Amino acid sequence: MTTSSTRLPSMRSTGKASRFVSILIVVLILALLLVFFVLPVIWLVLAPTKTAGELLSQSPLSFGAFSNIGLAWSHLVSFENGILFVWLKNSAIYSGGSLILTLATSIPAGYALALTRFRGRKVLLTITLLVMIMPSAALVLPLFLELNLFGLIGTVWSIILPFSFFPFGVYLVYIYFATSLPSEMLEAARIDGATEWQLFTKIALPLAKPVVALVAFFSFVGNWNNFFLPYLVLPSSDQFPIQVGLNQLLSSTPSFNPVAGAGLDIQSPELALSIIIAILPVLVVFLFSQRALVSGMLAGSTKG
Amino acid sequence: MTALETGGRLTAPAAPSPARRRTPRRRTGLAGYLFVAGYAILLVAFGIFPTIYAVYLALTNDRGQFAGLNQFIKVIQDYRFGPAFTNILIYLVLWLVILITLTVVVAVILRSRLRPGLSSVFRFLFYIPGALAGVASVLVWLFMLDPGVSPVSGLLNALGYSTFSEVIAPQNLPVIFVFIAFWTGAGGWIVVMYGALNNIPDEILEAARVDGAGPWKSAWFIQIPMIRKWIAYMTILAFAAGTQLFVEPQLLQSASLGRLNPTWSPNQLAYVLAFQFGDFNGAAAVSIFLLVIGLVGAGILVTRSGLFKADSE
Repeated sequence: MTTSSTRLPSMRSTGKASRFVSILIVVLILALLLVFFVLPVIWLVLAPTKTAGELLSQSPLSFGAFSNIGLAWSHLVSFENGILFVWLKNSAIYSGGSLILTLATSIPAGYALALTRFRGRKVLLTITLLVMIMPSAALVLPLFLELNLFGLIGTVWSIILPFSFFPFGVYLVYIYFATSLPSEMLEAARIDGATEWQLFTKIALPLAKPVVALVAFFSFVGNWNNFFLPYLVLPSSDQFPIQVGLNQLLSSTPSFNPVAGAGLDIQSPELALSIIIAILPVLVVFLFSQRALVSGMLAGSTKG
Repeated sequence: MTALETGGRLTAPAAPSPARRRTPRRRTGLAGYLFVAGYAILLVAFGIFPTIYAVYLALTNDRGQFAGLNQFIKVIQDYRFGPAFTNILIYLVLWLVILITLTVVVAVILRSRLRPGLSSVFRFLFYIPGALAGVASVLVWLFMLDPGVSPVSGLLNALGYSTFSEVIAPQNLPVIFVFIAFWTGAGGWIVVMYGALNNIPDEILEAARVDGAGPWKSAWFIQIPMIRKWIAYMTILAFAAGTQLFVEPQLLQSASLGRLNPTWSPNQLAYVLAFQFGDFNGAAAVSIFLLVIGLVGAGILVTRSGLFKADSE
């Protein structure tokens, strides 16, 4: 931070023209990217204020009227008798339930991998790393086949249990404890006669708050936005999470599906509003999470 | 429970072994198993078992008889297999080149050319679309690509597209998927790269400045080489995730009213084989190809990059 003041004078050494070009390039890149990232968001926020007709006829970035939001909302709520709320509730159950299971399994596991010694620890750690880096979508179809084999298709557990398996969370907890909790501290407590369970609950857990938040962030965002597994596994609409629900809304929107969508009140503004509603929980988490993202993704680099 | 039992069986012969030098730690063995038990069960049930089951399915036929490599040969010879993997390859090349160049350049600019306050505003704005990852981002881009409602309809018209179906012509799909992926994913990576650049001590850049290096030279000769590991990390994760493309082509396909190829990506092909043809063995074989690609990427990252400490001691 202190260097920012010394940065400007040093540029004087380069020629005026090349400095101008250099600044021009910087401004151009940032401006283009800013438009690219922000324009769709602005459009999305403004879309529900217009009717489907106005979306076509008016300027794309104009503001319609607040009353249109209410209109789109009432259309959306009346779609299949308020199934939107069912989808949101399902999403909350799936991501919430798996979040609890993820924390309950990954915190002790990461702790044990970092601070206890047992046979197979290294193997478990290596498998965890491999599965963590491997994209989860690669396992979705095999998972479906497995759930099908055991007759779990269509149950709540067919979503919550696979979602709860979160090797990245275990790795984050492992790195956190390996770097921030000295094993000498545990040794001392052991000599004083503390049991392993007491070490975990009295010493490790109270220190774990930052990493719990980190694991919760990645788990919740990933599971809330997950589409592939629920799309395969859940047969009926009243079990869908909101992401799969959005897909159903899409196929009920006449501008993208004139045949199936005819006669329904779901049009572009309703679809745009449903997108905003669907991502709202993740957006709230995102607003506070930029730092979590950095520390999560750079985890381990402190030592490496 | 099962993990616990095997755990107990494993420790029994280990206890008297002379290799155990750290005597005070020996007693933590059983507790360690208890702590990892829950996770280990999930790992076996949803990581290892499905993988093994997919291998089993890929090596057998629909009557459960051993079929050798026939399933693999069958899917490779399937007329949809080649195009699906070609599509994903074109997409991956485009995606990785654009992702790596732009995130690194932008992170360097944000780190060394802007005031910290302004830079954090930019990072935040680039990062926010990440909240729309998945279905939401595809739906937003359906609107962006529809000349009727798009805020950039002028640009689309200038490129010669006047209807949605012209925009989503097959030859445009890789670019469209790169746009969607970049829109939701690049902001997060820019934030991460910026964090990595921030770890470079100021003294090093200061020394370069004293030696007469301008901002671009410092970036090229000092900053980028010093975050090489993180660029490799991003590349492999983006590559592995990119091979799995499913939501984007699937949704675009349904929004195209069936005009697009339903087996554009390998994961879509596996999906169609399993759900439209009931060919679980063939679907498993396609999945194995994707799993191997993912595992190879993961293996390279874990063993070669030095980013992951498998042991803290």
